[in-house]
Amino acid sequence: MNWIEVLGNMLNNTLVFSTALIFAALGGMFSERSGVVNIGLEGLMVTGAFAAAVGTDYASQAGMGAMSPWMGMLAALVFGVLVSLLHAVATITFKSDQTVVGVVINILALGGAVYFTRSLYEGSAQTSQLTDVFSRVSIPFLSDIPIIGRGIFQSYPTTYIVIILVFISAFVLFKTPFGLRLRAVGEHPSSADTVGISVTKYRYIGVMLSGALAGLGGATITLTTTSSFAHNTISGQGFIALAALIFGKWNPYGLAGAAVFFGFAQALKNFAQLFDWSKNLPTEVFYMLPYVLTLIVLAAAVGKSSAPSALGQPYDPARR
Amino acid sequence: MDTLKKIFNTSLIVPVVSILLGLIIGAIAMFAGGYNPLVAYQSLFERVIGSPYHMGETIRAITPLIFTGLAVAFAFRTGLFNIGVEGQFIMGMTGATLVGVLLDLPWYIHGPLAIVVGALFGGLWAGLVGYLKAKRGVNEVISSIMLNWTALYLANYIVAKFLLEPGQQKSKPVHESALMSIDWLVELMDKARMHWGTFVAIACVVIFYILLWRTKQGYELRAVGHNPDAALYAGMNVNSTIVKSMFFSGIFAGLGGVFEVLGVFGNQTIMAASPGYGFDGIAVALLGGNTPIGVLLGAILFGGLSYGSGGMSFGAGVPSEIVRIVIGSVIFFVAAHGIVKFIIKPFMAKKKKEAA
Repeated sequence: MNWIEVLGNMLNNTLVFSTALIFAALGGMFSERSGVVNIGLEGLMVTGAFAAAVGTDYASQAGMGAMSPWMGMLAALVFGVLVSLLHAVATITFKSDQTVVGVVINILALGGAVYFTRSLYEGSAQTSQLTDVFSRVSIPFLSDIPIIGRGIFQSYPTTYIVIILVFISAFVLFKTPFGLRLRAVGEHPSSADTVGISVTKYRYIGVMLSGALAGLGGATITLTTTSSFAHNTISGQGFIALAALIFGKWNPYGLAGAAVFFGFAQALKNFAQLFDWSKNLPTEVFYMLPYVLTLIVLAAAVGKSSAPSALGQPYDPARR
Repeated sequence: MDTLKKIFNTSLIVPVVSILLGLIIGAIAMFAGGYNPLVAYQSLFERVIGSPYHMGETIRAITPLIFTGLAVAFAFRTGLFNIGVEGQFIMGMTGATLVGVLLDLPWYIHGPLAIVVGALFGGLWAGLVGYLKAKRGVNEVISSIMLNWTALYLANYIVAKFLLEPGQQKSKPVHESALMSIDWLVELMDKARMHWGTFVAIACVVIFYILLWRTKQGYELRAVGHNPDAALYAGMNVNSTIVKSMFFSGIFAGLGGVFEVLGVFGNQTIMAASPGYGFDGIAVALLGGNTPIGVLLGAILFGGLSYGSGGMSFGAGVPSEIVRIVIGSVIFFVAAHGIVKFIIKPFMAKKKKEAA
């Protein structure tokens, strides 16, 4: 294999892993920009991955063929939103501690997903292997460019969707009245309230968007990488997405860049066999790498963080 | 009498109603999955109190939860959310296994040394989280999650590389001299795996109280938890308090892992996933309101549920993960106590009217 091919494959693999992270991190961005910490991204991804596995399976059995994975995506979106509503009700309406509720969402989602997997698939801890999953789509002409042709333009449909979504999210967040209000609610809720913006409404929308997007992120992993759901399908990806969000300074482009970096760390283990220097490293090192890198990056990301200033505080109109 | 009523109203109603709601949601989930919840709960209960063996094993399942519950609660008292108890637990296991397998010492040194080393592994692993938070401002939730995964793979690597029993997916057995099981109690309880860790756990409940409420150090820890700015203004070193609090918290977590190895299994397996005691510790601490007695009671409840869930899958065919749903729902309601108050409000109002 020559190095052009290797680089192209590496980029391609990196993007497969990054896609899910970008989806989830974008979701986290909408939630956190509205002032709600969403530690529950992991659980929302688990929900999405599970719903996608089951939804696609049922759609295949109903004879929907190539449409099935799209039905899986839809299921992931719907269930992601439903679970995020739990988060929203507890943290926004009932003003509970956002971090704790997020952790609870993670526990509930994983327990629930594995429980329903077992009850739907006769006690098996894994959903049945999907036959209809996404396959790579080559973009004519563009896919012939060396390195990036293989790297970017021969990807799964989800990767193209997420790239477009990054631009749309940036536009929505910075160029529309909706985005302005969402940010206002996260920066200074009482001022936003004073000018007639409903803090509750915008925070609900923010959290539900995080459910939808993180759900799609989870679905991406099921439908492009694993082809089934098990308890370890999403192993910490939600938290890595959260780290990408922080490292990317709550900005769509920033978080996408950070997610690509973390995706690269995950893709590395697939390339360990190719090089002499990495061939003899224990596999555990490659398993550890994404997590250790995340930690190092977070520790090194100096400068005052640009978190939304009302992040983590329930809004109580009685206390201005 | 009035004060008793007040205590009951404020601090007991929410957990009790949350437990009930959690069990109801579990029942609904069982209905949805096509199982009979009554049979399931019955077989859970029967398993927990069924025989001396099962009672002993229930105590065995409760013990690590006391440790991890204390660990989470301790950090909470300083305003820190130690979600990394899982990883610290694994590091504690690894420390104990290393000493237990590699060294050959008389029993009066070997056991205690294994305990201390395991506890230190846990403490330092948590201290790292505290250090990153204090010095680099890294959110402790994210860093400790990352360290959980790192601990899992690091422990697997250490077991596979240095301690492996040839041909198996676990370490060589820990030397007899380091084991912590109580032989006469094991016989008494029909071979249930009883060990000294249970007594150490109860001692830790007391130590937890003394450390936080009867020492200057503990006062500082709680002051930082209440209001870091005020604590700083009062001349306390907030950063070093954060590291200290995490270190103590990690020691509790590490001890939990230590006794799983020295008291229960006598070796360490190569794990595909974390054992989960750390996450249950969060549930235990929340339910117990971060008080030592509350943690003890919470551990008894969740430990019983977890161990009994095996009976559920045996007796009623319900996947044992149902208990995750029950535990998750319980802490959801404890965390979102506004919802609980909202649900019980109509009942409370009626009572008041009757009283008047």
